[in-house]
Amino acid sequence: MIKKSMYTATLFVIALTLLGCATTQERLLDSKEGQVKLRSIQTRVFDTTNKEKTLRTVIATLQDLNFVIDKADHIIGSVSATKLNRYALRMTVSVRPRGEAQMLVRANAQYQDKPVTDPKTYQNFFTSLEKAMFLEAHSVQ
Amino acid sequence: MTYTKRILLYSLLSVILLFSFGCPPRIPPDALKLTEKSIEHRQLQTRIYDTKDEAKILASCAGLMQDMGFNLDESETELGVLVGSKQRSAKKASQVAASIFLAVLTGEAVPVDDKQKMRLSIVTKPAGEEQERISVRVTFQRIVWNTQGQICKKEFLDDPEIYQEFYSKLSKSLFLEAHKI
Repeated sequence: MIKKSMYTATLFVIALTLLGCATTQERLLDSKEGQVKLRSIQTRVFDTTNKEKTLRTVIATLQDLNFVIDKADHIIGSVSATKLNRYALRMTVSVRPRGEAQMLVRANAQYQDKPVTDPKTYQNFFTSLEKAMFLEAHSVQ
Repeated sequence: MTYTKRILLYSLLSVILLFSFGCPPRIPPDALKLTEKSIEHRQLQTRIYDTKDEAKILASCAGLMQDMGFNLDESETELGVLVGSKQRSAKKASQVAASIFLAVLTGEAVPVDDKQKMRLSIVTKPAGEEQERISVRVTFQRIVWNTQGQICKKEFLDDPEIYQEFYSKLSKSLFLEAHKI
């Protein structure tokens, strides 16, 4: 009887170990996430060549969404910000030229200690950004 | 308890545990959605000044941040961004008194707010039809730790009086009148 209980307990421990099996490398490089799919969820293109205006609009949108800016860099074209609302949501948005007439905007978010992979959340962000840009956001395939 | 029953109980427990592991807290669906409150907040947090000199406004803001005891963490003049933070005590006499009262009653110490990190970002932006004015928007947030060292509050600060006081100070240091949006 005791043997059998031990057996069950061992199985249980093995199951738990298997569950928590993401290695440090996988967590560091997020290598388990579908990177190509995620990139397209996180990216939109706007028909403008004005990098500064795009960045300033991204910053204004983040402020509209109750974020406090952490960092901004015009040359690299990136902005990071944190939203505290009982939870912590951190975002980095980067802006770079795409071809001759467009700017590519990519956003990635982290909710508490998890990456955000839900397309709807990014869609909401780009909808908010579109309103401030007065431009339509195109998806990239 | 028979052996089968025990196995059933174990499996049930494991299933519950596995579910609780597999369901991390989800991001609230409206976390990145603009709401009616967003415009209200924008009005509360923004003022417009009749000047074209963005650098002068940023310099005054940086000075004001120092007056308020904030340390500058980050600045990007090209995009009109200043970021600062400070650490302060978060102790409140009323909370401490309530905690002592409860401790006397129950014999257990109740953690109270202890320390806080307060952050702000100030963003300036050319405004007006011909970009002849500068808009300034400030946002504040804080993280509070309790006496057990755990984070007990993560919040943005939207008390209108904070913003009124901030802009009345900024207007004084700029010698300019602030316009609401």
